[in-house]
Amino acid sequence: MLKDITLGQYFPGDTALHRLDPRTKTILVIVYIVALFLAVSYVSYAVLLAALAAAIAVSKVRPKVLLKSLKPILILMVLTAVLNLFYTRGTDVLVSFWIITITREGLENAVFMLLRIAMLILGTFLLTYTTSPISLTDGLERLLRPLKKIRVPVHELSMMMCIALRFIPTLLEETDKIISAQKARGADFETGNLIRRAKALIPILVPLFISSFRRADELATAMECRCYHGGEGRTKMKELRYARADAIAFALGGALLAVTIVLRTMGL
Amino acid sequence: MTPILETKNLHHVYSDGTPFRHEALKGVDFAVQRGEFLALIGHTGSGKSTLVQHLNALLKPTDGQVLFDGKDIWSDKAFTRAVRFRVGLVFQYPEYQLFEETVFADIAFGPKNMGLDRDEIDARVRRAAEFVGLSEKALRKSPFDLSGGNRRRAAIAGVIAMEPDVLILDEPTAGLDPYGSEQLLENLRRWQAAQNSAVVMVTHSMEEAAACASRLVVMADGAVKMQGEPKAVFAHAAELERLGLDVPQITKVFLRLRELGMDVDTSVFTVEQAKAALLKRGEGAPC
Repeated sequence: MLKDITLGQYFPGDTALHRLDPRTKTILVIVYIVALFLAVSYVSYAVLLAALAAAIAVSKVRPKVLLKSLKPILILMVLTAVLNLFYTRGTDVLVSFWIITITREGLENAVFMLLRIAMLILGTFLLTYTTSPISLTDGLERLLRPLKKIRVPVHELSMMMCIALRFIPTLLEETDKIISAQKARGADFETGNLIRRAKALIPILVPLFISSFRRADELATAMECRCYHGGEGRTKMKELRYARADAIAFALGGALLAVTIVLRTMGL
Repeated sequence: MTPILETKNLHHVYSDGTPFRHEALKGVDFAVQRGEFLALIGHTGSGKSTLVQHLNALLKPTDGQVLFDGKDIWSDKAFTRAVRFRVGLVFQYPEYQLFEETVFADIAFGPKNMGLDRDEIDARVRRAAEFVGLSEKALRKSPFDLSGGNRRRAAIAGVIAMEPDVLILDEPTAGLDPYGSEQLLENLRRWQAAQNSAVVMVTHSMEEAAACASRLVVMADGAVKMQGEPKAVFAHAAELERLGLDVPQITKVFLRLRELGMDVDTSVFTVEQAKAALLKRGEGAPC
């Protein structure tokens, strides 16, 4: 069922990870991604994997749910791994027949690539799983605030993002309902060639677009009724404040990055 | 006689394995007889909508069975699809599913999927439109140019045009004005009598249930709590109230009259019955 797609979904909870400042979490995810791209050896990957596992354990998000989020990019992952496997030149040949040669370097590259993509996705998903869309965009707005000086509409961008995130589950639910309703009228989405299947989407897409526009219209009216007029002079009810936990988290993140860099310079 | 639709120990769990796990149906045993008008009543979240989606094979049971004419609807793929045509399901706010360029084409969507020929589709669309009270002129319009009430009618006609053996409607009158609701229910009764199909109406309005249905099924907390003729069900006013439901207004009036010491028959549930009961009483002793 579509409802089971967990993209950008927030799992409410009250763990240390949930309570961290959204800015901290966003920065740490960026640090983590940088570290991932600096990692070159088994040791550094092991360190990063351990850090990710620890974060997942703290968040109490069920690993099964997290792994499910990898499903949509499985093809990309496999493709990257396969390409790396066959196209990496190396000296240590493992298998060789016809035009295919697999080297030890190729195998290593493939494994690293696979791990890198998987860990990247899992890390970022952990952020959206443990941070509500509102606090996530709140944090982003705050982080990007310096850009306001060069006339980037930071508040508007974050509001748009917030609304988009907020409506993903709603639209999924709506799509589910429309699919059911058209199925009840005998619509068939599972058989036929590509063109027939594409055509079968019309009964879903038309009502979905119409209801999205209707929703957008209603939301705009509701926002105006509550005197929303953009970010100018708007204050926050809940100001973001760094707490002790954030300092600890930053220290851990910094340490992780430092370890990765040291391992890289050591050639490990 | 085998019921046209039957569920046996039906269970359904949503989002299993996530923090949102929710057991919507907890062993529902329920049957729809041929040609009856049944009202399915329950509080919001009692599992009514989940149940009706099972009846039309849109949801697969977590456990238990759904039988159409005595045969498990999931027994083979072709049968599952066939059941979708024989059990017509009208969702809540069905007007949001209209998509075609004209009302005619939208109503024809179902029959077309059934693989009927053009003349038959044409005849069915016209018949369905007549039942719901849509004019010839409205059929040529875009569904998005219709009024809310007419859009609802068009959407219902889209299911009626498949001429199902069981027509299920999930709160068909939600959001309609009293006159519109009245007309819709009247049309449904007419259709049911003409077609001799079974109608299952999901509602939480006791007045609607009382006015239309020959049998009531009360659901609460994912299970069937009571069923029977309206008279029998409404006799349990206290229990209904405990389930977050109610008895029809007129029954309440009579219950209060009884409390005040008047000797009245409290098993009335429509205004006509109330009138008859009062007149009968008038014949005896003066009030």
